[in-house]
Amino acid sequence: MNAGVVTVLIAMLGGAIRVSTPFMFVAVGECLTEKSGRVNLGLEGTLVLGAMVAYAISYHTGSPWAGVLAAGIAGSALGAMHGSICSLPRVNDVAVGIAMMLFGTGVAFFFGKPYIQPTAPRLTSIPFGGFSDDLNLRSALDINPLFFVGIAVAVIMAWAFANTRWGLIVRTVGDSAPAARAMGISVDLVRFLSTTVGGFLAGVGGAFLSLSYPGSWNQGLSSGQGLMAVALVIFARWSPLRCVLAALLFGAAGALGPALQSVGVTQGYYFFNAAPYILTLALMIASSSATRSARDMPGELSMAK
Amino acid sequence: MSATGFSRRTLLKSAALGAAGAALDLGAMGRAFAAADLTVGIVYVGARDDFGWNQAHAVAAEALKLVPGVKVVEEENVPETDACAKTMESMINLDGAGLILATSFGYYTPFVVDMAKKYPDVQFRHAAPLWNKDKDPKNAGSYFGYLNQAHYVDGVAAGLSTTSNKLGFVAAKPISSVLSNINSFMLGARKTNPKAIVQVIFTGDWSLPVREAESANALVDAGCDVITCHVDSPKVVIETAEKRGVKSCGHNASQAPLAPKGFITGAEYKWATIYKGYAADIAAGNPLPNFLIGGYESDFVQNTPFGAGATEAAKAAANGAIADMKNKVPIYVGPLKDNKTGKVVIDKTYGNLDPYLDNMNYLLEGVVGSIT
Repeated sequence: MNAGVVTVLIAMLGGAIRVSTPFMFVAVGECLTEKSGRVNLGLEGTLVLGAMVAYAISYHTGSPWAGVLAAGIAGSALGAMHGSICSLPRVNDVAVGIAMMLFGTGVAFFFGKPYIQPTAPRLTSIPFGGFSDDLNLRSALDINPLFFVGIAVAVIMAWAFANTRWGLIVRTVGDSAPAARAMGISVDLVRFLSTTVGGFLAGVGGAFLSLSYPGSWNQGLSSGQGLMAVALVIFARWSPLRCVLAALLFGAAGALGPALQSVGVTQGYYFFNAAPYILTLALMIASSSATRSARDMPGELSMAK
Repeated sequence: MSATGFSRRTLLKSAALGAAGAALDLGAMGRAFAAADLTVGIVYVGARDDFGWNQAHAVAAEALKLVPGVKVVEEENVPETDACAKTMESMINLDGAGLILATSFGYYTPFVVDMAKKYPDVQFRHAAPLWNKDKDPKNAGSYFGYLNQAHYVDGVAAGLSTTSNKLGFVAAKPISSVLSNINSFMLGARKTNPKAIVQVIFTGDWSLPVREAESANALVDAGCDVITCHVDSPKVVIETAEKRGVKSCGHNASQAPLAPKGFITGAEYKWATIYKGYAADIAAGNPLPNFLIGGYESDFVQNTPFGAGATEAAKAAANGAIADMKNKVPIYVGPLKDNKTGKVVIDKTYGNLDPYLDNMNYLLEGVVGSIT
């Protein structure tokens, strides 16, 4: 293989690992929320707030992992807010989500002001590329532990949905609220908890943004990644494992634009920068099937009704 | 945001107190007015401490605050919408601003132009060369620094800092000022290292931290060992270069603290020269210039003090280049060809401020990259 192709492939591998983690956390968290029958569009705000809180706490305590935990707690608080507001009668979860998105980003910008300049301790990556002499491959294989945590959470969640009583309860609430009520399950409580846990995961995703990659806090940090991740859940047809795959794919495709330009394929970079979206669209069209998506989609989602 | 709201409220309160106190103590009022002869309102599109464009202006605002008789009011995060018109209006009506500095490109039309028509007694100056002497109000105007001269100096130092002869440039959009910075950086590098090439990656927008980090990584993967950029906030690019162990040159404001090992120097604006000049003109009762552009020869741009990444040879060459720029030695010595078709795009030698260069829509031979 010639050097240019190798460079692009390594960059895509590195990109998949580096860029995918926040998408993974937000998408897996949202997957749980949507499985319970609600959409939380506010996760963009949760992601930004998580990033800010993680950076601030890491800066003050000197411990990046304390920052990750605090980001998760901040995310849960936003999720709990969404969950409890949506428990009120005649409240639309999509509208509340948009309000929560603006609220989350606003709070993050307000309190995040003093943390743009200082440098906080970051999460350290684990080097997996020791076997190779190629410096680029080594750097691509410096993997943050959160990447593995994200995959583990997705696997556990997928297993729990299929095999545990809790999983069954969440799925029942998401597919048919009347059936769940008939079984004596508190629909609002389950949805509240699902949204809270989803918020926790999205907050941790934000911590990855500010403490690992790109690894600094500023106001443009997320630039819409939270919203894209919510869309990835639909793309992944409400399966936590497919959410992970979608996030990896999205990260790799995102690395394509810069990598091609770096090896001299410079024409049409706007097109290559749009690769993740084009790829998503193409895969969605190719894999679309009216019967299957109807089966996968939680019946209680407002878009299903 | 909130800080401004607070200061505005305190200002109103003190104005009210002053009015109440006026009946008792007219002398105090008189002193209060003398303390602030000129109020300057500065409008920013982002955060003042963004390590980039806004910070460059904010640093100059701090210098302006030290000028006796000048009071500065600022507002950050003002979008390029009707919101900036409201901000300017409240600075004029509530804070008594006599000079408005609108620092973001998109503020000009229609907002600065409209406000200048509405408030003919207030002076408006905007940080991009957009003022048109036939069409636009006489109390409006433009100022701009030719940062490509400082990028040329960066290039001169970078040419001596590379071992792979490949320099990386992360750029936002292919507009003329960005292209001029890339081309000048390349010409500077070629001056000290004829074998140097500049590899450019366009991200497509002014602030995309994740893609900027990816671009910097991709350039290092492709063998570049000096990275520089033209994006709104170079923080992520410089930090990524440092993380990957390569050298870096900055842009807009000082990023030296972000790269304690690899920072060479950086291209910075020196808006303070312009802002203090305005304040001095107003204090002396002179009319403000409507159109003010310049580079090193006018002290409108500068280079960041050398970091640990600069070798002695690079420092000496860069200092020589700075002296050249101050003496108006031209950067674009023609004929120069573009990098796509090999066509001569710069037919002869142009002065550094020649308007011909403002319409740059090509990358020169020596740059690897495409504007489409």
